Amino acid sequence: MMRLFKPVGTALRALRRNVMRAVLTMLGIVIGVGAVIAMTEIGQGSSAAMQKTIATMGANNVLLFPGSARSQGVSSGAGTTMTMTPDDAEAIARECPAVRHVAPIVGARAQVVYGNRNYVPVYILGVTPAYLEVRYWTTLAEGDPFDDGDVRRGTKVCLLGQTVARELFDDESPVGKEIRIRDVSFTVVGVLEAKGANTEGQDQDDLLLAPWTTIKYRVSSSPMRSAAQSSSVSSSSGQGSRYPGNRGSQRPVRFTTVDAIQASAWSGEEVPVAISQITKLLRERHRLRYDQEDDFRVLDLTELTKVRLSFSEQMRSLLLAVAAISLVVGGVGIMNIMLVSVTERTREIGLRMAVGARSRDILRQFLVEAVVLCLIGGGIGIAVGRAASLLVTYIKRWPTEPSIEAVVASVAVSAFVGIVFGFYPAWKASRLDPIEALRYE
Amino acid sequence: MELIELHGIQKTYYLGEVEVPVLKGITLMVGQGELIALMGISGSGKTTLMNILGCLDHATAGEYWLNGREISHASPDDRAHIRNSTIGFVFQSFNLLPRTSALENVLMPLTYTREQLSRRAVRQRGLELLDRVGLGDRAHHEPSQLSGGQQQRVAIARSLVNRPSLLFADEPTGNLDSRTSEEVLQMFQELNREQKITIILVTHDPGVAKHADRIVRIHDGVIQHDGPADPQAQVMAAGTGGHS
Repeated sequence: MMRLFKPVGTALRALRRNVMRAVLTMLGIVIGVGAVIAMTEIGQGSSAAMQKTIATMGANNVLLFPGSARSQGVSSGAGTTMTMTPDDAEAIARECPAVRHVAPIVGARAQVVYGNRNYVPVYILGVTPAYLEVRYWTTLAEGDPFDDGDVRRGTKVCLLGQTVARELFDDESPVGKEIRIRDVSFTVVGVLEAKGANTEGQDQDDLLLAPWTTIKYRVSSSPMRSAAQSSSVSSSSGQGSRYPGNRGSQRPVRFTTVDAIQASAWSGEEVPVAISQITKLLRERHRLRYDQEDDFRVLDLTELTKVRLSFSEQMRSLLLAVAAISLVVGGVGIMNIMLVSVTERTREIGLRMAVGARSRDILRQFLVEAVVLCLIGGGIGIAVGRAASLLVTYIKRWPTEPSIEAVVASVAVSAFVGIVFGFYPAWKASRLDPIEALRYE
Repeated sequence: MELIELHGIQKTYYLGEVEVPVLKGITLMVGQGELIALMGISGSGKTTLMNILGCLDHATAGEYWLNGREISHASPDDRAHIRNSTIGFVFQSFNLLPRTSALENVLMPLTYTREQLSRRAVRQRGLELLDRVGLGDRAHHEPSQLSGGQQQRVAIARSLVNRPSLLFADEPTGNLDSRTSEEVLQMFQELNREQKITIILVTHDPGVAKHADRIVRIHDGVIQHDGPADPQAQVMAAGTGGHS
């Protein structure tokens, strides 16, 4: 212990002898580490905010569609491809830990009427309240969402997207008003917040949400392939439901099916995990043998995931570049002033050698001094960086996030810089001839 | 056994192609407890001899026995250890660390010592030595707060902290006025008498040399004179007639 503490004590005493010089020496490291910490925290903050934004665009989402069922070469017709059930959705919610929220989806395409106005939304979706969580759409502009009880009872309530609300109500408040979808009257309970267009330019606000049971049993009497592909079949199903007699003629389904299931993973990184968990579960539930193909399709929003990945990668390399440059600059500063310091303290070095310091003692002393300087500078730098990022949060309202990794890395890099850039001056000091050094003026 | 035995010590510097012989065969015996003045004009080689005696430098040729050990071929690390354990230095310009308390200056050589001492023992030793040189109340003063004589006394305490058997004082009074010079020289005499430390005063000043028991005069790289101190001191010390 003594062997380690003695040089550190000597170094601290030596540094205390010239506080001003020590501070100036440290400045480079302080600024370097401070910049790294501040950049990392601000970068991570904006990265996290960006991730959240990308997540609300659906980067964490997984979409499940029923596939075409090929059972021993016999086509069982369109109805039997509907292999996905609301129970599947519940099972996913229960048994897939990587999945955060999951909602079944039933699609329809129909005219919506209010008074003398009418409109055909791109999407009429029958869902559960969890759908809003899946889509990161929990804030409503007006009113309240329907709940699970409404889904169980098949209550005739609905939420309107901004576009639909504007088309039917203009500036009027839609909450509490009655609208009709295929002669079924719904009460508008809320209006969703505007979400704008998605990455493909489609208006996401052009939609109407209702409990899936209501849509399934009261509006869309014929099963649909999927919400996204509903337009191709909408006319026929729309026609079919016009005549109540058609309803009875439809082949009764053995179990209730849904058009799609949409799930969200806990984070973008967990999307692949969620997909494999869901695939495994659904194959089990659908009793598929290992040699049978999936009777469903899983889609994730790969494009958005790529954006997310490339973004965080760019952020990381940018930070790394800034860190490297500032620490090299700081290290060169340390080396310069340590060289000046060695020259200035030539007589001290000579004296220390005269009283019995070996050259390796001198080397160690100056090396330890440089490392101690760098570590103190690093410590101050961490505080400065932290303060800077807090200031930025406070003044600019930019999101920041403290980073333990950055702190640990800064300390390690400070020590490393101290050793690398302190070595040459220390080596120079240790090579001095005591006689010459003592005579140095 | 003599403390120091030099046999035919030579030192030659090489300035490019030119050989500059500085010491041309020095043979010298120094016993334990002697107080010697090493005299010579500048350029005579007395500083070079002191550097060799003080293990700061090694001879080009010849034998140097210190404490019964031949050390003219010792490695730099060995010489550092010998300096640390057996030799003390006092310099003309004190060479105290600036902005460092007297006590810490005194304790500095212990940083490099091999023996393991507790912090308290170390501190105790430093304070005792400062007491010994009459600066017990100045332990926490920095060099800039001390007079020249006090600074040199701190330097003496520092040279004693490793309990050396051999002390070199290179023009120890060169930067001091005559009164403090006298005090410092008396201190050397006391140390020599009471603790039997061998002291070698390197000086060109006969006034300093007269405090020694024996004078070795170097001229042009050889010992020109080796004998008891000058007659006057002998007269004063013995109260009898002098001899040259």
